[in-house]
Amino acid sequence: MLCVHNAVHLDARVDLLVDNGKIVTMMPAGHHDSAAADKFFDASGLLLLPSLIDAHTHLREPGQEYKEDIDSGLTAAAHGGFGAIMCMANTRPVNDNASVTAFMLSQSRRSHPDGPALYPIAAATKGLEGKEISPLAELKQAGCVAVSNDGKPLASTEICRRVMEYAWDLGMILIDHCEDPTLAVGWMMNEGVTSGKLGVKGQPVCGEALQVARDVMLSEYLEIPIHIAHVSTRLAVDVIARAKECGVRVTAETCPHYLLLDESAVENYNTLAKVSPPLRLQEDREALRRAVREGIIDILATDHAPHAMYEKNTTLDMAPFGFSGLDLALTLSFELVAQGAFSEADLHRIWSKRPAEIFGLPCNEFSPGDPADFILYDPCQEWTIGADTMYSKSCNTPFLGQTVRGRVKHHWIAGKQIF
Amino acid sequence: MDNLPWQHKDLLDVTQLSGSDVNRIFDLAHEFQSINRRPVKKVPTLKGKTVVLFFAENSTRTRTSFDVAGKRLSADTFALSTAGSSISKGESLKDTGLTLQAMHPDVIVIRHSSSGAPRYLAEMLNCSVVNGGDGWHAHPTQALLDGYSLNEAWQGNFRGKTLLILGDIAHSRVARSNLYLMRSLGVNVRLCAPRTLLPAGVSSWPAEIYSDLNRAVQGVDAVMCLRLQLERQQAGLLPDLSEYAKRYCLDVAHLRHASKNVRVLHPGPMNRGLEISDAIADSSSCLVLDQVEAGVAVRMAVLYLLTMARRGEN
Repeated sequence: MLCVHNAVHLDARVDLLVDNGKIVTMMPAGHHDSAAADKFFDASGLLLLPSLIDAHTHLREPGQEYKEDIDSGLTAAAHGGFGAIMCMANTRPVNDNASVTAFMLSQSRRSHPDGPALYPIAAATKGLEGKEISPLAELKQAGCVAVSNDGKPLASTEICRRVMEYAWDLGMILIDHCEDPTLAVGWMMNEGVTSGKLGVKGQPVCGEALQVARDVMLSEYLEIPIHIAHVSTRLAVDVIARAKECGVRVTAETCPHYLLLDESAVENYNTLAKVSPPLRLQEDREALRRAVREGIIDILATDHAPHAMYEKNTTLDMAPFGFSGLDLALTLSFELVAQGAFSEADLHRIWSKRPAEIFGLPCNEFSPGDPADFILYDPCQEWTIGADTMYSKSCNTPFLGQTVRGRVKHHWIAGKQIF
Repeated sequence: MDNLPWQHKDLLDVTQLSGSDVNRIFDLAHEFQSINRRPVKKVPTLKGKTVVLFFAENSTRTRTSFDVAGKRLSADTFALSTAGSSISKGESLKDTGLTLQAMHPDVIVIRHSSSGAPRYLAEMLNCSVVNGGDGWHAHPTQALLDGYSLNEAWQGNFRGKTLLILGDIAHSRVARSNLYLMRSLGVNVRLCAPRTLLPAGVSSWPAEIYSDLNRAVQGVDAVMCLRLQLERQQAGLLPDLSEYAKRYCLDVAHLRHASKNVRVLHPGPMNRGLEISDAIADSSSCLVLDQVEAGVAVRMAVLYLLTMARRGEN
């Protein structure tokens, strides 16, 4: 039996007993029961958290391994504190059949037999083309846990409805990237003062909320739950809040960057700040923080979207969308705690408990019998964000070059220390 | 003042220029204008300097204007256009820029469809970069030649004058650069366009916004008509060109409500009958040909300042 001794868990000093891959118990540090352990790990000064779950990543394998592969993505996940990640289907080929899912899972088992766990997300439609439903039963059987057309928003409301219905029969929910596909085609950033000044096409905030409204209405009518990906606007938060009040089974995520940055990050045509949905305004950021605190937005996710640096080293219109996020998410989340956006207890809820509940994944709440997936986080370690400090193959992040505080020091998955 | 070093490596937008920078360009352009009117129009000032004209978007007049400007000052000018160049073979802007730099040009003039492309090059390269128009963002030499033309027409009295910029503001780099330059010179600016051709956030711009031309033109001292790109109709921004012309084509009747000596500008090429009436285009109030002439002189001034007047050089 392992005793992780003298860790800090939500401001209390604790000992954690682990045996057989499971939590035995968590108790105040120095409790006499700790003596039953035969291995001790001194965790003094380190924070104890459950391993995080990321419901939204892009791992690029198969097809674009130069940006990221399953091995590097899972390594970045492990060091970012994630014990499980869900990967989107917009690989090449698209994950729209069981053989692609099986390939992803075999790559993850080969490179990371001890975890983090990989949970693929099935393409909602074949080739993400938005026309025909993917063979979701075979995808589910192969190991997919949810469905999404992320990368190519579902334009047809009819198809969206049928995907929701068909997937729900199989116990899977749709994760929808909400963006009106006809509004502001070719946008590069949020539409507003900055886009007007820079002379680039912007996406209005209502471009997101319009599709969120469609989704919650479908959800209410069909009585089928739906999950809204990476919410970026106050308008969308308002729609989700109203739907939740009416009992609609809608859940939602946002990402650390929408809580920390606004469209001013794109000034000077900064391609590292180009992301979809785009960074919005301060008022959106504040509304999102409040929504996370209040549970209107259920979870955080990274939307980890690695790209090679040379692809970002161009003009704003040519640069691809997205940020590398797995390495940074927890550090940024603690920054949000420091800024008062939410509490450390909220952090456990939004990065672990709620994603597990929404997607039916195992979760450690430090109760006896829970999977022993946990991390020790050093809140004092300073590091500078860059290619040499990130485990992802790609360091495309607007935080590049910043010196930040706090990093995962050790990680156990199913009771086994992976570093 | 001529002896003061020029502070800027690049000319990316008029927003970087101080009032005295602008006046210096106008004064120099005035001198170069007289050279351009001589029988022998060439001076050796930039002999041995190399100016690359990197036009990744179609342009005839701006490229020709820079070309003439460079040659009048005895610089060697080389044109590189998209068609037939490595860009059409998929070379990145980074590699094109570095390749051009390896040939040791003194100035690269860039025209590009991507807003921000000149800044991207300028941050990467050691040589001077001149923005010859980028996307919807900026066209500083156009604004300077417009300013120069009005400077001549108004004998330097900008303060308190009112300029109306008319047409497709949303997609116009000319409008953006002129707005900032004219404001810095003390000119009041009005913008007039249908809402579909106004940019996001325009209400925060330092200008009065109109959608009705008859109201917008009241008492103005100059009107700048913008070229309407024909693809705006296909993009769903306009019902059709004839309706646009009915509402926004500047004609003689409108100018009766303007100030007595109203001047009309157009960056060219003009769509007669669409954004400017035939009668006005050919009238004495129209400065279009003065603008073209000023363009060469202003660009000579810019090339001179960037190559000969910078700190620590020459």
